[in-house]
Amino acid sequence: MIAKIEQDQSRFRQIVRGKVRENLRKYMSNGELIGRQGRDLVSIPIPEIQIPRFRFDHRQSGGVGQGEGEVGTPIGLGPDHGDGSGEAGNAPGDHILEVEVTLEELARILGDELELPNIQPKGKENIESRVDRYTGIRRVGPESLRHFKRTYREALKRQVAMGVYSRERPAVIPVREDKRYRSWTSQYKPDSNAVIIYMMDVSGSMTDDKKEIVRLTAFWIDMWLRSQYKKVAVRYIIHDAEACEVGQDAFYHTRENGGTAISSAYRLCQAIIEKDYDPGEWNIYPFHFSDGDNWDKDNAACMGLLANAILPNVNLFCYGEVSTSMRQSDFSDSLERLDEIGKERLIKTAIKNKGEIYNAVKAFLGKGR
Amino acid sequence: MVLPPELSAIKTEIISHAREYGLDFFDTVFELLDYEEINQVASYDGFPSRYPHWRFGMEYLRMSKSYSYGLHRIYEMVINNDPSYAYLLTSNKTVDQKTVMAHVYGHVDFFKNNMWFAHTNRKMMNEMANHGTRIRRYVDHFGYEAVEQFLDVCLSLDNLIDLHSAGIRRHVERTPKLPGGEETDQVSSAKLPSKPYMDDYINPPEFMEAQRKKLSEEQARQKHVPEEPERDVLLFLLNHAPLEEWQSDVLAIVREEAYYFAPQGQTRIMNEGWASYWHSKIMTERALSPNELVDYADHHAGIMASSPGRLNPYKLGLELWRDIEERWDKGRFGAEWDDCQDEATRRNWDRQLGLGREKIFEVRRIYNDIGFIDAFLTPEFARRHGLFTYKYDPATNEYVIDSRDFLAIKQQLLFQLTNFGQPIILVQDANYANRGELYLRHQHEGVDLRLDWARDTLANLQVVWSRPVHLETQVEGVPKLLSYDGKEHSEKKLIAK
Repeated sequence: MIAKIEQDQSRFRQIVRGKVRENLRKYMSNGELIGRQGRDLVSIPIPEIQIPRFRFDHRQSGGVGQGEGEVGTPIGLGPDHGDGSGEAGNAPGDHILEVEVTLEELARILGDELELPNIQPKGKENIESRVDRYTGIRRVGPESLRHFKRTYREALKRQVAMGVYSRERPAVIPVREDKRYRSWTSQYKPDSNAVIIYMMDVSGSMTDDKKEIVRLTAFWIDMWLRSQYKKVAVRYIIHDAEACEVGQDAFYHTRENGGTAISSAYRLCQAIIEKDYDPGEWNIYPFHFSDGDNWDKDNAACMGLLANAILPNVNLFCYGEVSTSMRQSDFSDSLERLDEIGKERLIKTAIKNKGEIYNAVKAFLGKGR
Repeated sequence: MVLPPELSAIKTEIISHAREYGLDFFDTVFELLDYEEINQVASYDGFPSRYPHWRFGMEYLRMSKSYSYGLHRIYEMVINNDPSYAYLLTSNKTVDQKTVMAHVYGHVDFFKNNMWFAHTNRKMMNEMANHGTRIRRYVDHFGYEAVEQFLDVCLSLDNLIDLHSAGIRRHVERTPKLPGGEETDQVSSAKLPSKPYMDDYINPPEFMEAQRKKLSEEQARQKHVPEEPERDVLLFLLNHAPLEEWQSDVLAIVREEAYYFAPQGQTRIMNEGWASYWHSKIMTERALSPNELVDYADHHAGIMASSPGRLNPYKLGLELWRDIEERWDKGRFGAEWDDCQDEATRRNWDRQLGLGREKIFEVRRIYNDIGFIDAFLTPEFARRHGLFTYKYDPATNEYVIDSRDFLAIKQQLLFQLTNFGQPIILVQDANYANRGELYLRHQHEGVDLRLDWARDTLANLQVVWSRPVHLETQVEGVPKLLSYDGKEHSEKKLIAK
């Protein structure tokens, strides 16, 4: 019985895995579907797989409930909250099922799907990679790790001690207790470093919708980079006319009303890099999200900072323009006028809606350096 | 597994209480399972030897997850079979086991005596195992993928059954006619009796012509497949769709299981209510010992809990049963009671008839949920229990309370229960446009179908039928024909007939 359910379960998991692959776009464009837990595990709540049937559209049908309340009182069920259970029948409602996938697994799925090339390790400190070394001996273990010499020695010792060893027929036969196995310890050693510096425009024109897009994009970038490096340092900068460094929470939730001077953020970014992250030791990835609505006179200053101070020191500079307008901004135009070295290290993309996040991530990390 | 002596003593005790109350049940085998096992068995709807399918794995995953998060646990599970099987959770306290057993005997009594269960296979345990074996054999022959895909297709159609087919015969079986020479006979048999010299007057040529026409129309109709719109779409497909033998068998298995489970959906409120009625009766009047009272009350309250948007079938059922018993005990029924408008008289109405017990046993024998609600849901009851209807409010994206009007509530409840909450869909024509295309009609009752699903289901239907398929339905008041030809979906407006 147990083996049976496991078969069905693993079959389901396989399908789900396929589902993750196929509907990746969908997950990426729906914030509610991504939860985070801890450092190693990501839970992707996925809707259960429901076999389609001829069914009623439950939004039209309503139902019968029980309890207090005047006519018009909301009863707190969203549209996808399953069918009112006054309904007879044994069909379950829409449940959300969480499938836990490790970060590595999800990033691998992402990597396959997005065809992201790996970023090269660089630098010597701080970031750890794990190495397993065989350093000891144990009495239990898999046969494949049996230490022949030690096992032989134990068997020999035992036979000599028991007096059954004979020089004429020196056969040494190990029994269970004689067996010795290699054991390993995991060592962490510094490997390569990466820092992500997120910059976001929080001026009055950045609506909550736009921030949501930034949040999702940042999540997927984060996730993938973290799979490439054991530790990733993340810094957050928000700016309107002035820039300041903030924590993660503030990064996603602040809303200012000021004008926009992108150069302020770039200046702060440059300062952070100079102070904490030596480009020789670190992979540096600044990401900047804005709606491109910059103060005209500031554009020149931005280009100067980028070309002279930032671009030469970073692996990749990504600019995402979160905008619903069809035309690209003047700021974006001036980015295109940067010289060759700039072009090589700069990636610019427009994200008009959640559906385009996938393309944005692909554009940002597709080049790999 | 043999029950430990403590539990089998309880079993004997509960059986004797149940029999004294007049419950009539199959022998029941109790199995003790730990929570992992019970989750597994529950994933298979109680049949551990069912065919392999991913949805059981999904169910299990979800159950073990919600168990480990403490969201829910399964107290009892009972299988309609002779002997019945019921599963107990090892970690439950003695008082819970007692309650569960009493509850289970309520269910088994219901399975055995309610007429809607009369057609179900009482050796379903074996039958399910056979289904499992057969499907596994097909898997060995044709590959997991192929069988699973086809199973998914069949499951997608498994609500297209005719719930009442066990009880009524929808069309008369026709005896095959001998070929040749019968047309003239039939027409002449339509002749009214007359003397030869009066024949031209009694059976004038126009009359004979009309008879001939009527006959040929009838014959044309007989050629029409199906002759009458067919509710049992699965049966129709079994008989007429071009399926491989193994595919037919898979479809038949899915259909058989759908019919087996259907009465449980049709009688959920009654059945759960009945079992709850009896566990509370047996426990509070007989089996409960004083030191168990608090635990019992706690768990009973848990089972009966209701939240605003959810109508708890246990609670609704139990209260209705008690209401019926009280009304028939006090004689609160019949024309005199219905006509009485005086509140005070009604409140103190007690004819001391004591017919309650008898009545509820009668009701449990012949009703299903629809009849149960229709006959026994009263305005007083709805008011006392604060029932309301709710609807979806697109402005706030929420469900809101719509009305507390009794008729509205009753109508909504009945609507939800009709055809166990599934749309009614019939096979209209198997030779649509004279091209062997399948034409289904959705009997629209005011609620649209979920369109994205309808399209996917249509695609599955096409796999079975292999020729293009059509579904007539209504979308926002406009009659529409959804079609799928195996490659693409199309949709056109129908001109109202």
